[in-house]
Amino acid sequence: MTKAPTLPRVLPGFGLSLGFTLTYLSLVVLIPLAAVFIRASSLSLEAFWDAVTAPRVLASYRLSFGMALLAAAINTVFGLLLAWSLVRYRFPGKKLVDALVDLPFALPTAVAGIALTALYAGNGWLGQYLEPLGIKVAFGPLGVLVALVFIGLPFVVRTVQPVLEDLETELEEAATSLGAHRWQTFRHVILPVLQPALMTGFALAFARAVGEYGSVIFIAGNIPMVSEITPLMIISKLEQYDYAGATAIASVMLVASFLLLLAINGLQAWQARRNGRSE
Amino acid sequence: MAAITANLYAQHDRAALLESRQATREAPWVKYTILGVALTFFAVFLLLPLAVVFAEALAKGWETYLDALVEPDALSAVKLTLLAAVISVPLNLVFGVAAAWAITRFDFRGKQLLITLIDLPFSVSPVVAGLIYVLVFSSHGWIGPWLLEHDIKVIFAVPGIVLATVFVTVPFVARELIPLLQAQGREEEEAAVVLGARGWQVFWHVTLPNVRWALLYGVILSNARAMGEFGAVSVVSGHIRGETNTLPLHVEILYNEYQFAAAFAVASLLALLALVTLAVKSWIEWRAAQAHD
Repeated sequence: MTKAPTLPRVLPGFGLSLGFTLTYLSLVVLIPLAAVFIRASSLSLEAFWDAVTAPRVLASYRLSFGMALLAAAINTVFGLLLAWSLVRYRFPGKKLVDALVDLPFALPTAVAGIALTALYAGNGWLGQYLEPLGIKVAFGPLGVLVALVFIGLPFVVRTVQPVLEDLETELEEAATSLGAHRWQTFRHVILPVLQPALMTGFALAFARAVGEYGSVIFIAGNIPMVSEITPLMIISKLEQYDYAGATAIASVMLVASFLLLLAINGLQAWQARRNGRSE
Repeated sequence: MAAITANLYAQHDRAALLESRQATREAPWVKYTILGVALTFFAVFLLLPLAVVFAEALAKGWETYLDALVEPDALSAVKLTLLAAVISVPLNLVFGVAAAWAITRFDFRGKQLLITLIDLPFSVSPVVAGLIYVLVFSSHGWIGPWLLEHDIKVIFAVPGIVLATVFVTVPFVARELIPLLQAQGREEEEAAVVLGARGWQVFWHVTLPNVRWALLYGVILSNARAMGEFGAVSVVSGHIRGETNTLPLHVEILYNEYQFAAAFAVASLLALLALVTLAVKSWIEWRAAQAHD
C-alpha cells in the first residue's frame, strides 16, 4: 500500500509566524489571565465562596446579567428594524445613519457615560420630561439599561445587515406567488434565515454588556444592593486592597466570558453552515 | 434574466429595486412605521448622546472650552494617550499579520482554538483586563518584589497603561485579516514562490497589496480603542494627575470634580476622534467596494 504523499509546504515562514503568535499571545494575554485562576485557587474554598456570594456581590450579578439580557433583547428587536430599514428602504441621510451605527464602537465609553448621564439627569434634555412622569433613568438601574443598550446597538445591526443583503429575493417571490401574505412571508421565509444572525448578535451584545464598565458607572449612581454592576465590585475590592476578593469575583466573570465565547463560536459556525447551504 | 437583474443591482441602489417589487415590499403604512421606529431609536440612542457632548462642551462659551484643552494636565493626558496608541497599535499590527499568516497559510492542529484565544480580549471585561496586570506586576504580584528591587514601576505608572492598552487591542488587526486571507486562498503566493520569489518578497508584493484596506481598517479601529480605553487603564493607572492620566481618565476626574464644561470639552476631542474614525472607515469600505467592482 502506498501512502498518499504529504505535500511539501511551499510557503515560507511557518515557524516564525506561528512562534511569534504563540509567544506574544502567551505573554500578553494567556499568562496574565492564568494569574487570575492561580491567585483564586490560593484562596480556601470557604473564603472563595464567601467572596463570590456576598449579598452585595450577588445583587451585582443580578443587575449585570439581568440588565445585559434585557439590553441585548431590546437591541435584537430594534437592531433588526434598523438593519431592515438600511437594506430595504431609501430615505434621506441613509449613508450617514449607516456610518453612525458604529458610533458605540468608536466612541470612548467614558464619553458615552457622561453624555448619557447629561441626557437623562433630572435637568437633562430627556430627563426633564421623564422625571415628571415618575421615570427616573439616571442614577438607578434604568440608567444601567440605557448605557448597555447604547454600547450593544451595533452588534445586532452589523450581524443581521449582511445576511439581509445576501437574501435571495427569489424566496420571497416564490412565497408571494404561492399566495403568502407579506407577514407570512416574513415569519416563515425571512425570519428563519435571519435567526442564526439574530442569535449571534444577541450573544455578542450580551457578552459585551456583562463586562461593560466605562459607560455604566457614570449613569448608574452606584447604590449598594441597587445599582452596582459586577465590574464595579472588582474595582471597589481593589480600592480596599482586597486582592483576593477582587480575584475571586474576576474569576467568576472570566468563566462567564469563556462560556459566552464558546456559545458565540458555536452560533457563528451554525450561521456559516446555514449560509453555505443556502447558496 | 439573471444578467438583467445583476445589471439592475449594479446600476441602482438595491433598496430601490426591493421597494419597486410587489414581492419584496410592504404596505406603505408598515414601511413608514418600521422606518419611523428604527430612526427614532437611532436618534434617541445615538444622535442625542453625540449632540449633547458638543452642546455641554460649549455651554460656557469658547473661552472655557479652549482653556480646558490647553491646560497642562489636559496636554499631558493627550501625550500619554498618544504614547499608548503609538506603542500598542504597531505591536498589534505585527501580531495580527503574523497570526493571520500562520492561521490562513498553513494547516496545523489546534487552529480553531488559536482563533478563539485571539478573540479572548474582546470578551474579557475591561476591569478584569486591568486586574490581571495588577496581579502580575503590583508589589503584591508575581514579579512585583523583583521589580521593586530593581526600582521598576509598572502598575500606577506609564508601562502599566501601555500594557493594558496592548491587551484590549490584541484582536483588531488579526480579526480583519484572517477572513480576508482565508477567502483569497494560497494560490497566488504559492505561484510567486514557485517562480522564485523569497519570503518577504511574496509578502510585500503579493499579499500586502491584496489586504491593505483590511489592514488599514484594523489599524484605525484598534487606534480608536487604544485612545478611548477606560476600564482597563483605570485599574492600572492610579489616577496621578499630569502623570498617569489618559484623556478618558482626565474626563472622569474633571466630571467627578463637577467641572462639567471642561469634562465635556475634553470629551468632545474624543468624540471628534470617533467621528474621524467612522469617516475613515466609511471611506475604506467605499474604496474596497470600488476595487471589488
